This record gives sequence, structure tokens and C-alpha cells, in this order.
Amino acid sequence: MSNPLKLDDIDRALIVATQGGLPFVARPYQVIGEQVGIAGDEVMRRLQALLESGIIRRIGAVPNHYAIGWTANGMTVWDVADERIDELGARVGALEFVTHCYRRPRALPDWPYNLFAMVHGASRMEVTEKAAEIAALLGSNSRASEVLFSTRILKKTGLRI
Amino acid sequence: MPELDAVDQQIIDKLQGDFPLCERPYAAAAERLGIGEDELLARLQRLLDARVLTRFGPMVQIERMGGAFVLAALAAPEARYDEVTALVNALPQVAHNYRREHALNMWFVLATETPQGIAEAISRIERDTGLPVFAFPKEKEYFVEMKLAARI
Repeated sequence: MSNPLKLDDIDRALIVATQGGLPFVARPYQVIGEQVGIAGDEVMRRLQALLESGIIRRIGAVPNHYAIGWTANGMTVWDVADERIDELGARVGALEFVTHCYRRPRALPDWPYNLFAMVHGASRMEVTEKAAEIAALLGSNSRASEVLFSTRILKKTGLRI
Repeated sequence: MPELDAVDQQIIDKLQGDFPLCERPYAAAAERLGIGEDELLARLQRLLDARVLTRFGPMVQIERMGGAFVLAALAAPEARYDEVTALVNALPQVAHNYRREHALNMWFVLATETPQGIAEAISRIERDTGLPVFAFPKEKEYFVEMKLAARI
């Protein structure tokens, strides 16, 4: 990963002012600028720079995926040999239905899984079928696996600094 | 599930990124969708009120500014589930939290401005709940692209 980027106080104030969402007014950047003490044009310039640096991943709508029809969400977890995981993780991440795919540490003995792939679907059956595709891809390289279905969003505010 | 019409679906599908950086961004986005600025603003407010959208704005990657973002889990006894949920959710460092079907039945993401903030948040949760927290920091990211189209 590249080195973290240094934010100045104004960038930080901009993130604090917008992390709960943009105001629904005709000129939102001007309103934010008034809160932060800079012009609307500078708000736009700084947001553009934050996007280019990757500090802001994107600007837009964050849907509640349950409310838009993706009612089944399974965190699929796999125990993959350490020497093969990077190659296989990249292939699992490339499957079109996988929205997040990470290598994470095991917590032995209770938790032998080191590959996490999030799968969304309109039904549990759809998620189960997709998990089976991952299982087929991994074959004997996966020594154990589980699908953890989510049954409720307990909190989803996003980041707050 | 809230009723969504074709325009709502377009808003959800087309506005998950690339929101314009210009003086009147809602007017520019509305034009791309073939509706008026006022209608887009009213619909966004309605989608937010109906909790179809959880937020509308920038998504920050805290790691790029020196912070940390860590997945963690705990096993909450069923009888204490609501109480433990309230204790965990009370921390502003908890960005989201999901109930999952597993012995580890609560999975949450901690986001902090410094890496040591994660350890502090975990100790706080362990102290408040009396339950051990398992942390699963990412060691490698193979793919992230959370843009789901509305399928109604």
C-alpha cells in the first residue's frame, strides 16, 4: 500500500462536514464551504484532489442493499493454503458476483479461515449457488469453508472521524 | 420493502459514484437522468427517509489518510444480544455492524483515524461487554467494488 497522505486541517474539516452526507440543496458545495470557511470552488477543488488521491473512494448514493432487493448476503470464508492464497484470492475476487475479497488472519483453533469473499443475492439459494461456484474454483485448495448469512443490519452509519 | 419506481432505480444505479463536482451538481445529475433538479432532490430525500439509501455523499477510505479499518467479531449470548448490540453500536468507531448466523454472531467494522485507535476500541468493547473480540484485519485486498444495482 502507498504511504498515507497528509491531510491539512481544511481537508479534515471537509471530511467531517460531509461524512454524514451532502446537503440536499441546489448548491451543496457552497453550503459546505460556508460551514468550513472556504469558497464553494475550493470545496470542489479539494474534493477532486481527495478523489484523485483515493482518500475519497467515490461520491454518491450509498444504498441499503436489503432495501434494493439484495436481501441475502453471505460472508463466505475459506481455509486456503498460505502458499496458494494470493493466486486463488485474486481469482475469487475476479468473479463478477463477489463484492469484497480479502485475505485475513486465522484465529485458531476456532477460526481456520483466511479468505473472505462477500456474496450478495436476492435469495439464500442464489448466494448458496454462488458459494458453490467459489468452492468449485478453489477445489481441494480449500480445506474448510462456511457461509455466514447476515440476518440484520445492526448499524450502518459509515465512517465518522 | 419500500416501493421503488423506475426513476428511483435509475437514481440508485447511476448515482453510486461520479457525482458531479460543479456549482449545481444535483441539476447536472438530474439532467443525465432526464428529470428536474427539484425532483431529484425530493426523491433523494424520500429514499433517505425510507432508508433505501443509508447516506448520500463521499465515501472515505480512512487507510489512505493514515487510519485503520478492521473487521471484528464477537459471540453475543442470545439473551444479551440487544444489550451487547447497544454497547457495540455506541462507539462512533463502529462504522457498521451486522448480525450473522454463526457462533460468532456479531460482525462489525471499526474505523479509526490512527492504527492504535483500533486496539483502544477493541479493549473498550471487551470491557463494556465482558466478551472477547476477534479482530480480522485485512492482510491483502483482492477486490472491492460495492456497487449493487437495484433489483426490484
